[in-house]
Amino acid sequence: MTETSGTTKKPLKPPANILLRIHNLSTHYFSRRGVLKAVDRVSMDLKKEEFVGIVGESGCGKSTLAFSIMRLILPPGEIVDGEIIFNGKNLLKLSEEEMRRVRGKEIGMIFQDPMTSLDPLEKIGDQIVETIQMHENIGKKEALEKAMELLESVGLSGDRVNYYPHQLSGGQRQRIMIALAIALNPNLLIADEPTTALDVIVQEKIMEILKKMTREGRSVILITHDFSLAAEKSDKIVIMYAGWIVEMGESKKLVNEPLHPYTRGLINSVPDVWIDRDIRPMPGFPPDLISPPEGCRFHPRCPQAMEKCRIKEPPVVEVDSRMVKCWLYG
Amino acid sequence: MEIIRVENLKKYFPVQKSFLEVLFSKELQFIRAVDGVSFGIEEGETLSLVGESGCGKTTVGRLLVGLEEPTDGKIFFKGEDITGLKGEEKRRIHRHLQVIFQDPYASLNPKMKIGDHLVDPLQIHGIASNNEAKKIAIEMLERVGLVPAEQFYNRLPYQLSGGQRQRVAIARAMVLRPEFVVADEPVSMIDVSLRAAILNLLLSFKDEYRLSMLFITHDLSVARLVGDRIAVMYLGKIVEIGDVKEVIHHPKHPYTAALLSAVPSFDKKNLGIEIIGDVANPRNPPPGCRYNTRCPFARPDCREAVPELKGTSNHMVACHYELDISI
Repeated sequence: MTETSGTTKKPLKPPANILLRIHNLSTHYFSRRGVLKAVDRVSMDLKKEEFVGIVGESGCGKSTLAFSIMRLILPPGEIVDGEIIFNGKNLLKLSEEEMRRVRGKEIGMIFQDPMTSLDPLEKIGDQIVETIQMHENIGKKEALEKAMELLESVGLSGDRVNYYPHQLSGGQRQRIMIALAIALNPNLLIADEPTTALDVIVQEKIMEILKKMTREGRSVILITHDFSLAAEKSDKIVIMYAGWIVEMGESKKLVNEPLHPYTRGLINSVPDVWIDRDIRPMPGFPPDLISPPEGCRFHPRCPQAMEKCRIKEPPVVEVDSRMVKCWLYG
Repeated sequence: MEIIRVENLKKYFPVQKSFLEVLFSKELQFIRAVDGVSFGIEEGETLSLVGESGCGKTTVGRLLVGLEEPTDGKIFFKGEDITGLKGEEKRRIHRHLQVIFQDPYASLNPKMKIGDHLVDPLQIHGIASNNEAKKIAIEMLERVGLVPAEQFYNRLPYQLSGGQRQRVAIARAMVLRPEFVVADEPVSMIDVSLRAAILNLLLSFKDEYRLSMLFITHDLSVARLVGDRIAVMYLGKIVEIGDVKEVIHHPKHPYTAALLSAVPSFDKKNLGIEIIGDVANPRNPPPGCRYNTRCPFARPDCREAVPELKGTSNHMVACHYELDISI
């Protein structure tokens, strides 16, 4: 099944176990220097209760993809094409008012820096209560009780409702962010580098909470530059490079038998505490997305690049129940 | 030969007091960032210093290269006591002790040409004349992979990417052919696919110059890759130190084991060793073993006696009830 456009056509109505279907999504930034194609014709599915890790370097488009799902792309950025089907509705067709109800209530999001996402002058409890009351018609007392329950579900004691953000550590603040994100019981949680600023032990605890979310029936998208973290926690991994999804599939398989040369290069270039081997650097640099390389965007760094790779964009093909965008399999 | 030795090194930072506290002459409080640390680094050896943020690892590095004055303790360079040196004396020694910082966006002077970052230290230490210095600088830029070097020489930092800047920072440290380098999280701000090249560059200097290095990192995977030995710090103290493989495969301190359980890996090992709660306040560390408030194995005497660092030269641990595990 090969198609040169870079994406495969799928019927628009996804099967019942698919919570989110992204189809042919393009998000561009219109800068003075030119058009930056941060997300370029990307398609992926997310199943119910699935934990998906989106892995890539800075500038690969992974955060833009997340913000596109939330429709939080600000000018000069714009979603220029595609569909985002969530719970049966195309998010890109909703009015701003309808989308506002989706955010928080149906899709929760956690950002990298919990300090800038919390109001420093308001008690934790009041911030959670405000969020709940904005979407649900319940009294303050009831909302506060719910806030305490939420804090306990992320491993904090309920009396933290009386604290201000500065009285908490980075890990505790990130737990508050998760509590806020799940306050309205969304069935999709998007976490954008939630533990980048945190120490490993705290990171492990936050990941445990995110894993718990999938056991409670939610789906989780984890966006990270840390391949081994994603590999360890996710059911499925999506590898992004220069605005494209270059490989996607079940975690273990993808790590043990990587198909795309970029995936393989990434695995070989990261040191691992439990694996006794030297690291092999990847040559070159990620490209400038305003004028990306012709053909395959990875070809200038690819050890297996062929003549065709310099000229023509590779197709997305299915190999061994995985998707890979590479001429080696085309 | 031992290049660096520190003995019972301490650094206490005074806590800012409010006007009212001064008025009522409240006792001055200190954060004990480094509280009695001792170790040595042999010629050609790399010691990886790991720990969570706030454990004091960066302060140890800054003390070693003279960016902080120790509150107590001694630092020796090739057997010579260099604690508290000033002026010309300090300059003479510090030519041999260089540092590479974490943030390549903050460690270069934005108004200074790349070449001058390398020429300046050569001139300050009176190593080379103008022309010679330029030649050495260009060779060094080539050596760290910034080619064509003549072009990079005349560029300004803003024209370089993060990875290229970190190469400049490495070149600046290496241009004096130091005998000892402190590298403080040199790759934590670099893109994943470019980290390996920077690490390999550092490792190549280590071989070529027989460099001794203190490599500070929060990432045990990186620590394992670059270190011959590893030291684990917790709240200002070294809790475990030894040969890198020995410590990783036979951690004796519950904190080391907890860290190892939490490191992300393609081949994750869960040691099933928990850690309780959050790091204690360094202003007011718990009595006895500082880890006792978080240790699942803590017994009453852990709250009373401070454990000493003891063991053999290739593996020492500070714990009353050390673990006996193999991974």
